[in-house]
Amino acid sequence: MAGMSIALNRFGLGARPDDSLGDEPRAWLAQQLERYVVAPPPMAGQPASGTLVAQFAAYRAQISQLRKTAGPSAPPPSIPSRPAAAMAPPVPQPPIVQTGDGPAEALRKQFAQQSRALYNGAVTARALAALQSPAPFAERLVHFWANHFAVSGDKMEVTNLAGAFEFEAIRPHVMGSFRDMLFAVERHPAMLLFLDQAVSVGPNSPLAVRAANRPNVRRNLGLNENLAREILELHTLGVRTGYSQADVTEFARAMTGWTVAGFGRGPVAKFTGASGRPGDFVFADALHEPGTRTILGQPWPQAGEAQAAAVLDHLATHPATARHIATKLARHFAGDDPPPKLVARLEANFRKTGGDLPSLYRTLIASPECWAPGTVKFKSPWEWSISAMRALGTRQLQPNAMPGLMNQLGQPVWKPGSPAGWDDVTGAWAGPDAVLRRVEAAERMAQRTRDQIDPRARAAAMFPEALSPATTQAIARAESNSQGVALLLVAPEFLRR
Amino acid sequence: MMLHRRHLLAAGATALMVSPLGARMAFAAAPTERRFVFLIQRGAADGLGIVAPVGDPAYAGARGDLAADFATAPRLDGMFALHPAMANTLGLYQARQALFVHAVASPYRDRSHFDGQNVLETGGASAYQLKDGWMNRLLRQLPAQDKAIALAAAVPMALRGSVEVASYAPSSLPEASDDLLARVTAMYEGDQQLHPLWQEAMATRMLTGDLGSDGGRRAADTGRLAAKLLSAPGGARIAMIETGGWDTHSGQRGRLGGQLKGLDAMVAALKAGLGPHWDNTLVVVATEFGRTVKANGTGGTDHGTGSVAMLLGGAVQGGRVQADWPGLGDAALYEGRDLKPTTALDVLIASAVSRHFGLAPAGTAKALFPAMTAVAGMEGLVRG
Repeated sequence: MAGMSIALNRFGLGARPDDSLGDEPRAWLAQQLERYVVAPPPMAGQPASGTLVAQFAAYRAQISQLRKTAGPSAPPPSIPSRPAAAMAPPVPQPPIVQTGDGPAEALRKQFAQQSRALYNGAVTARALAALQSPAPFAERLVHFWANHFAVSGDKMEVTNLAGAFEFEAIRPHVMGSFRDMLFAVERHPAMLLFLDQAVSVGPNSPLAVRAANRPNVRRNLGLNENLAREILELHTLGVRTGYSQADVTEFARAMTGWTVAGFGRGPVAKFTGASGRPGDFVFADALHEPGTRTILGQPWPQAGEAQAAAVLDHLATHPATARHIATKLARHFAGDDPPPKLVARLEANFRKTGGDLPSLYRTLIASPECWAPGTVKFKSPWEWSISAMRALGTRQLQPNAMPGLMNQLGQPVWKPGSPAGWDDVTGAWAGPDAVLRRVEAAERMAQRTRDQIDPRARAAAMFPEALSPATTQAIARAESNSQGVALLLVAPEFLRR
Repeated sequence: MMLHRRHLLAAGATALMVSPLGARMAFAAAPTERRFVFLIQRGAADGLGIVAPVGDPAYAGARGDLAADFATAPRLDGMFALHPAMANTLGLYQARQALFVHAVASPYRDRSHFDGQNVLETGGASAYQLKDGWMNRLLRQLPAQDKAIALAAAVPMALRGSVEVASYAPSSLPEASDDLLARVTAMYEGDQQLHPLWQEAMATRMLTGDLGSDGGRRAADTGRLAAKLLSAPGGARIAMIETGGWDTHSGQRGRLGGQLKGLDAMVAALKAGLGPHWDNTLVVVATEFGRTVKANGTGGTDHGTGSVAMLLGGAVQGGRVQADWPGLGDAALYEGRDLKPTTALDVLIASAVSRHFGLAPAGTAKALFPAMTAVAGMEGLVRG
């Protein structure tokens, strides 16, 4: 039955040779909502965001100290073991290789190398979870939400934190409520740093008022509306849903004070470093713009942290948010132009439950629009890579394999370059060069199977009763098992879902 | 021979998608020698930090620290100075091959990157109003041999539409074997979407030779690659290059300086690579909107409205800054915060492109930017 092919490929991440599915595709999917594991084995040993923030802050302190104490001609001093002010665990320090660079440059290179290793480790953990999971539908939902609430690791402060963001703010709430995920996301250091919230200061906050009286001390103190705007535009209501520039600015004022412990510099640090462990969310009253705000036509008189929290609570269950989330989910499972009836059904469900996510997933499973025959989506490079590896039975990865492949295919993990995340439409991925690269990657992957896989049998298992004659014929006529596997991985039905 | 046959196949498929009549006329028409590159700055580039109105009395006060880079920057005229990182572009200006048009904006007036880029690329009056890009519609105005290519792994919105467009970005993957490629060609034969994509991928692969191995990550490499694709006989005549990293909410001085250095190197490599074709080349550099006039609290600027556009190339009537300057005084700002746009970006593009390709100005404007309200085009941008 073609229904099983849809469950495996459109809802799941592609078949694995050892999957045992039963014969009821909807039940198989529904069971996965119970089977989902927040922290599966590949996540073990992934560093917490607190550790990573502390390492970054310690590194930065070391760099500035080096630059202060050692002029360019001074002999290279040993790296200070830890700055007195930092409560952080020290940066793990392999011996510094003498490269002819100054000590600051050497430390910078060493930190960059360590960052790459951390990033590669986190990407590999994510991929292994997707390859090994008995609940691939649930893992797909993790990827969906991480992209909805995208941070981008091409900003230096975020590179190391992007993995921890997904593991700490997304994974625990995928089977919970939208509201709880929203709060976890907006309070996570990766998001607060990515969208500059951590350094946003109210113009009439105690800190700004004090700085104004000493004009020579500090110039870069002020409001940054980046996160407030993207919460409204991307995370909750959606663009063009009626909020104004004034709403953005007022919301940004309400959010002042939401920042990260142990990260700020200069005067901001004095108010954020004192409480909480590094990397913790902290509310710094000294940064907060006092007073009642007017947002979306209503007054928000709350004081302090509660003010932005009240706004977020309002946004989490707002009808525009329900519609926005319904549309994105429908687009992901039913096609680039989501069927209006499906959007309406999901929207109604969101509003009825106040954003209970498993209810939305059950609505998707029960909706005929998600079971339209054929294929409805062109896979992203990530989806394609994971499904290809699942098809080959891959369960282990070299540390650089997945990050390298994703760079080559044009979708570096957690680096979409913008808070909007990656586009979820065919036009974003179906380019001539993009397809050619998949063919190159498929041939390489297939060569590593050393003719041990029978591509005809594997194709039939991947796409039960859904394989086209053209693909069947191309695979049957291949000159070797490996070539047949390569053709399977780039067959039209394999590039889509 | 193989290359030739594939070209005919690709051109035939393209023309058929436009109209059967167009196909016949297209083969009769001579392909143009003119080259056109659209270089998009994604993320809202700060026009005031690129071509700075240092002669405006409100400039220094509004910009604070951000004005420091212009203390010794080369002056373009009595009002404007060019960012010092753009030495090659300055050379173009002195050779009258660079024209800066200031206080420009697309019709979009909100401050979402994604909507703003959609308007800039579709040529619509508002986001998501049009489903294809103005560059793809431009292709329909030109002989069918004139092909376009995107320097990106996937085709950007401006080039999407009914005319199939190739995309190319250097890959570090080892090249697939010819036998597999031939089998993939056969497997995609009956697939309406993959068949034309694959035809383009194969044609492009032949044109680019061993470029796949040179990395091509850096800006100059991209410029060189674009020049190579635009120079090849039978190659593309229209290209789009995507650049990102312009969203400078914080630490703008260092970041923008680096961006501009890269852009400058890319343009220099493009010019060098095009050789004699540079004389027939028009490069338009534009962004979705500008940034706030006043620096924000984090050493950067926030989303704004008016910005600067650049016309570069041997075909440009350059050597000047064109601006109906609105001023930076508080009362002159758009919504009290942004550079007020006084020139329509769509009029600028339509005028320059139609002149460049010898197309009828009014008809081209209507095809590229159907919602355009301006009656008069702009003169004197490009040598005819």
